[in-house]
Amino acid sequence: MKDKIAEKILLLIACSAILLLLLITFFIFQQGLPLVLRIGFGNFFSAHWAPTRGFFGIFSMIIGSLMVTFGALVFGVPFGLACAVFLAEFSSSAIQKTLKPVIELLAGIPSVVYGFIGIVVLVPFIRESFGGPGFSVLSASIVLGIMIMPTIVSISYDSLIAVPKTYREGSYALGATKWQTVVMLLFPAARSGIVAGIILGMGRAIGETMAVIMIAGNALKIPGSIFDSVRTLTATIALELGYAAGDHRAALFACGSFLFLIIIILNVIAIRITGRK
Amino acid sequence: MEPFIEKLADEFMAKNRDIIIAVQGGGSTAGIQATLNRTCDLGTSSRELKADERGLKVIVIAIDGIAIIVHKDNPVDNLSIEQIRAVFSGKIANWEELGGENRKIIAVTREEGSGTRGAFEEMVMNDIAISDACLVQDSNGAVREIIATTRQGIGYISVGLVDERVKALAINKVKPTHANMIIHRYRLIRPFLLLLRDDATGNIKKFVDYVLSDEAQDILMRNGLTPARDVHRD
Repeated sequence: MKDKIAEKILLLIACSAILLLLLITFFIFQQGLPLVLRIGFGNFFSAHWAPTRGFFGIFSMIIGSLMVTFGALVFGVPFGLACAVFLAEFSSSAIQKTLKPVIELLAGIPSVVYGFIGIVVLVPFIRESFGGPGFSVLSASIVLGIMIMPTIVSISYDSLIAVPKTYREGSYALGATKWQTVVMLLFPAARSGIVAGIILGMGRAIGETMAVIMIAGNALKIPGSIFDSVRTLTATIALELGYAAGDHRAALFACGSFLFLIIIILNVIAIRITGRK
Repeated sequence: MEPFIEKLADEFMAKNRDIIIAVQGGGSTAGIQATLNRTCDLGTSSRELKADERGLKVIVIAIDGIAIIVHKDNPVDNLSIEQIRAVFSGKIANWEELGGENRKIIAVTREEGSGTRGAFEEMVMNDIAISDACLVQDSNGAVREIIATTRQGIGYISVGLVDERVKALAINKVKPTHANMIIHRYRLIRPFLLLLRDDATGNIKKFVDYVLSDEAQDILMRNGLTPARDVHRD
C-alpha cells in the first residue's frame, strides 16, 4: 500500500517536471515566433541587428555562437580526450581516485569565475601578445574549452572504462603496444560515448552566457579573425533583456527559440549516438 | 537612475519608519509607462519625455552628465562632438587621427535599449548608427573597467561614475565639471526626473519634498550628480 502511494507521488513529480519543460518551451516560442513570422525570415536571418529601429537580424550572432563553440571544441576535445585516456589507461588507481573528482569539480565552478579569470589573465595576455582588443574569439574559445572539458572527460572516461578487459588482453596478446591499443581498439570501441561527450560539451559551450559576455567583447560585427570581438546569441539575450520592451523583447525570445532548437538537435544527436550500441 | 533613488528611499525610510517605498528598476521607458498607467505612485526617468508621453507632472531632481572616457595614459585630452561621432560610427579608427598615439581605437558602447546609450545616441550620434565593430558592455562599471585596462580604449559613462583610473575628456574644450553642467556649457547632460500623474499628496509629497531637500540633494552630489537646486532653468 505504502509502495503504491510513493509510486504515485513520484510519478506526479516526474510528470510535473516534464509539464514545466513543456510550458517553458511553449512560452519561449509563443513570445518569439509571432515576431519572426511578422518580420519575415529575411529580416530575422540578416546580419543587421538594431532592434530599437526594426532590424532583427541574428546572422552575425549565429556565426558568433558557432565560432566560439567550434573554438571551444578545438581546445576542449584534444585536452579532454587526452585526459580521459590518461585516467582510464595510463594512471594508477590512486591517481584516478584523486584526479577524477577534481576534474568533475571543475564543472561546478560558477561560470562568472571563469569569466573573471578570463578578464584578469587571458584578455590582457592576448591583447599584449597578439594585438586587438583582447576581448576576442580566441579568449572566449579557450575559456569555453576549459569549461567543457569536465563533460568530455567524464563521459569519455566512463565509456573507455566500459570497454571489456578481454578486448585489451586480446590486443596485447597480438603484440600491440599500449598506445596502439588505445588508438586502434579503445577509440573505436568507445566511439559512441566519446562522441556523445563531445556533443554534450558542445551544448554547454553554445549555451554558456556569463563567461562569454565577460570576455568576448560582444561587438556585433562578424569577426574577421580570431583576435576580433564576437557576439553570441546567449550574450545578446542576457545583455539586452534588462531594458527590452515590445518587439525588441520578442526578438530576444526569438533568439532564445532558435538557440533552443539548436540545443535540442544536438541532444537528439547525442542520444541517437549513445543509443545505437 | 535606479541606484540613486534606491539610496534616497533607504535614507527616507530610515527617518520615516511607518512609510515603505518599493523601488523597481527597468529603465526610463518602463518608469514613464508605469506612471502613465498608474501602476506606480511615483515614476522616474533619466531622459526627457517624448511627445507621446506627455501629460505627466515632471520634477527635475538632478542632472547627470555623460563623460567620454579614455585610458589615463592616453595623451588626448579634448575632442569635438564631431570627432566622437566619427569614432563611434567607425569613420576614425586610429588615435593618430585625433592627435594621439599610433594605435587602433577600441570603442566601447552600451547595449541596445540602455538609457545611457539612448542619451548618447541622441546627443552625440545625431541619427548616425553606432558601428557594429564597437565592443558592447551592459553597465557603466563594465565599460569603465575595459577603458581602465585598455590603452587604446574609448567609452562613455555617467559622469558620477568616473574615477581616477580613467580620464574624462573635455568636449570642445569644456570639461565635465558640476559648474559647467549647471550652466549647460558641458553639452552632454540629461535630467533625472520624478514623474507624477496627479499632484503629490500625503506620503508621496513627503518623499518628493525630501528628495528636493538639502540633505537629499547633498547625497546626490556626493554620488557625482549635479543637484537640481543649482540648476538655473530658464
